[in-house]
Amino acid sequence: MEERWDVPDVVVIGAGIVGAACAYYAARAGLDVAVVDRGPVAGGTTGAGEGNILVSDKEPGPELELALLSNRLWRELAASGPEEDDRPAASGGAGGRLPGAGAGGGFEFESKGGLVVAETARAMESLVDLAARQGVEHVTVTPDRLRAYEPHLAGGLAGGVFYPQDAQVQPALAAAKLIRRGAERFGRGALTLRTGVTVTGFVRAGDRVTGVRTDRGDISAGAVVNAAGTWGGEVAALAGTHVPVLPRRGFILVTEPLEEPLIRHKVYTAAYVTAVASDSAGLETSAVVEGTPAGPVLIGASRERAGFDRTVSPAVLGRLAAQAVALFPALAERRAIRAYCGFRPYCPDHLPVIGRDPRAPGLYHACGHEGAGIGLAPATGHLLAQALAGLRPDLDLTPFRPDRFDEEERP
Amino acid sequence: MTPDYDLAVIGGGPAGVAGALTAALAGLGVVLLDAAPRLGGQYFRRLPGGFRAARPGALHPAPGGSGGLDRFTRQCESLAARADVLTGHRVWAVERDAEAGGTLAVRCMEGDREERPRTITARRLLIATGAHDRPLPFPGWDLPGVLTAGGAQALLKGDLVVAGRRVVVAGTGPFLLPVAAGLAAAGARVLGVHEAAGRFGLAGHPFLAAGKAAEALGYGLRLARHRVPYRGRQAVVEAHGEHELTHVTIADLDRDWRPVGTRTVACDTLATGYGFVPRLDLPVQLGCALRVDQGGHGAGHGDPVVAVDAGMRTSVPGVYAAGETTGVGGAVLAETEGRLAGRSAAADLGRRIPPDPALARRRDRLAAFARVLLETYPVRPGWREWLRDDTLVCRCEEVPLAAVREARELGATDARSVKLLSRAGMGWCQGRMCGYAVSCLAGEDSPPGGSPPAPRRAIAQPVRLGDLARLATDPPAGEPPATPPPSSAGGLAPPASPTPSPEGRP
Ligand SMILES: Cc1cc2nc3c(=O)[nH]c(=O)nc-3n(C[C@H](O)[C@H](O)[C@H](O)COP(=O)(O)OP(=O)(O)OC[C@H]3O[C@@H](n4cnc5c(N)ncnc54)[C@H](O)[C@@H]3O)c2cc1C
Repeated sequence: MEERWDVPDVVVIGAGIVGAACAYYAARAGLDVAVVDRGPVAGGTTGAGEGNILVSDKEPGPELELALLSNRLWRELAASGPEEDDRPAASGGAGGRLPGAGAGGGFEFESKGGLVVAETARAMESLVDLAARQGVEHVTVTPDRLRAYEPHLAGGLAGGVFYPQDAQVQPALAAAKLIRRGAERFGRGALTLRTGVTVTGFVRAGDRVTGVRTDRGDISAGAVVNAAGTWGGEVAALAGTHVPVLPRRGFILVTEPLEEPLIRHKVYTAAYVTAVASDSAGLETSAVVEGTPAGPVLIGASRERAGFDRTVSPAVLGRLAAQAVALFPALAERRAIRAYCGFRPYCPDHLPVIGRDPRAPGLYHACGHEGAGIGLAPATGHLLAQALAGLRPDLDLTPFRPDRFDEEERP
Repeated sequence: MTPDYDLAVIGGGPAGVAGALTAALAGLGVVLLDAAPRLGGQYFRRLPGGFRAARPGALHPAPGGSGGLDRFTRQCESLAARADVLTGHRVWAVERDAEAGGTLAVRCMEGDREERPRTITARRLLIATGAHDRPLPFPGWDLPGVLTAGGAQALLKGDLVVAGRRVVVAGTGPFLLPVAAGLAAAGARVLGVHEAAGRFGLAGHPFLAAGKAAEALGYGLRLARHRVPYRGRQAVVEAHGEHELTHVTIADLDRDWRPVGTRTVACDTLATGYGFVPRLDLPVQLGCALRVDQGGHGAGHGDPVVAVDAGMRTSVPGVYAAGETTGVGGAVLAETEGRLAGRSAAADLGRRIPPDPALARRRDRLAAFARVLLETYPVRPGWREWLRDDTLVCRCEEVPLAAVREARELGATDARSVKLLSRAGMGWCQGRMCGYAVSCLAGEDSPPGGSPPAPRRAIAQPVRLGDLARLATDPPAGEPPATPPPSSAGGLAPPASPTPSPEGRP
């Protein structure tokens, strides 16, 4: 089916959280943006993840800087959410359980803080050490103070570190609402979303990328942003360039809604930090446990490289459950009613790919955020919009540049 | 490690029982599991032990006369003597271990209040999990007194407290007739049966199976005896009442089921059902190939069902499916398919099974008739006009139509994305009740004849985290757990209800 398209300044491929943020900030910068996705909004990994916005789990370095910028931007976005975004209808009938109308930016933003706990004295030492190196706002919590933070926490822990900046959003709502907010705020036609449109190739003028080919016709544009998440490598290949994005599977367990919140913050063990940074292909689980405004507790997530295989693995669910129960014994009696899996987009060096691709002028990438794409999305969108507008990005994008793997792969 | 059984059968309705019995008679070591406390499935849900209705057969006007239940009961007795029958076992996951020669592990919860996790392994697996009611939403469908047709039948067969009630039956499909007849026979005053399709839909079809016509005629006579009017092109489009059902609005419908004129009727019970949705959680977990059971020539949308070969083998080696999971077709077809599956399992495990072409022909004939029924009673799109902005589409999460629309405006184009943006289908029943309506409202039934994908449910039944956790710490399947179950004493409220029961209330 051929269709006629306007000629936007930018086409964004992918209506996940990263594409949504890129589109929002590009529209804010005055560009006309068309977002296309082969599926619905947030139908990719964004709809299959959790909404943790963590600064606590990052080693000092470029990712932590990106996370800190993003954390600030998430707060801005939440604070400037339009009232009508917060109709309880959209957040469900758990009704009234939302923390105050008007809060949350329309996407259940909650600045609840994260508590990282240590099972042993040695683990506690390394937590304290990490916190000192991060230079992020934190409080060291002695064992006797742990229950002041989390009354239902298991006994026998060696202490913890509390990070007040850790927050959460409902990722699918966040992606959908950012796109809509951009469309409503930045003038007619500044931001449009087209679902059910698959990008099948690129329009070129010599080397330059001047648009995309889709199953609904060609769209010409000044620039194209590859925000195809886990499929970013395939999209790059359509343009004849290379970004190595691969799937890293994760399962999440969801409990029945609890009548009263059992868990106040995000809680996870020191082992999580190691699992996130791990290069292992094998299964790793280290549960992050948290409540949600609608009542259920989320327990996520496992990490393993298993391609795009969705086959349920009860053993993995069992490990997640065991870790959650070890942290909160009271959870043993609560029922899991749902489990789902998603595929994190990861690059070999565990950093995302953000910026213009010198190998294909006109093409920009914003993908490969692995298990932190929700958290890192606003900063990614903001920096990419600066690059699109020809401005100097607030953060140095060199560590994230798309062609960095070419050099590594060269002997 | 050797598997516990040759064949595990999940589902104790006509398909599962016939499959298990056939396999056991052929010499296989068989276990049959069912969540309910008694065998019977949706169709032969049996009376509690010790209770004897005057003429139990009268409640089960099965095709072929009242012998249906007797025959099923004999099969159950015969099976109990030859196989392990585990009722009260809720299966929440199944797995196939390709490395261990394709051994199948069935993860279940045993018991009710004192539930315990249990894993059963087998060489072969027959999935006969049946179907559940398909309700359609309308204003007031969440009022007490509004039941699914299947729920009303369960009520009837379970405890018989229907005498004196004023009941309206509405929906589509031949199942409404035995429900109404059963209710009337049990002493309820059935005020009317309102069939949204044409009343003579089936009679008008050129391809009319004699047996079914006689059956329909039989119900017709019984309804006439109880003075129950049977109306076509009508539906209940609204239920009213302050705290419980007091009356309903009945509408005349046009071809597409849009209301064209209404009246109200006082009643205290409404039984409503628009066909059945096959239960596919377990086959989807295993990755069995599905196909679309197309009801008619682009009319309504088809339901996904498990694809099987002539021996009821699914695309996953060692896994068979029978009964409503392969296409809704009633108890007789289910039993036939169960027997075919039992024979295949035995043959595939090296037992000598002579071919039975008559059985295969019977299945083909009954399946062809089931397709005719699907064509005759499709759900028409006009039901959307029964809804108002504030009509709850998902009752677990109390999501009104307006929120579903808002999700679509935000860019949701399927049931899953509508769920993510509106919470419709995210609650206790996990979309088993509202899934069909939500996927239609999400646009998944267009273009006409389009079919929504079967939902993925990695956990087919709620399971306590403590029990799940033991999967990680337990010795390999089959051996007793080394750790004692976590004590339920801990000052926490016990779980509200043992199972989400999508049946009973629409
Ligand atoms: C189990 C799990 C838990 C997680 N928890 C967290 C967490 O707590 N916090 C956090 O920050 N992150 C978390 N993540 C990671 C996070 O979900 C991802 O990093 C993020 O969603 C990636 O967003 P994206 O926009 O890049 O990709 P996606 O959301 O996948 O979007 C990409 C889109 O591109 C579209 N697309 C692909 N190819 C084409 C094409 N050819 N044409 C048109 N469209 C195309 C797809 O349809 C898709 O919608 C988790 C992930 C998983 C799996």
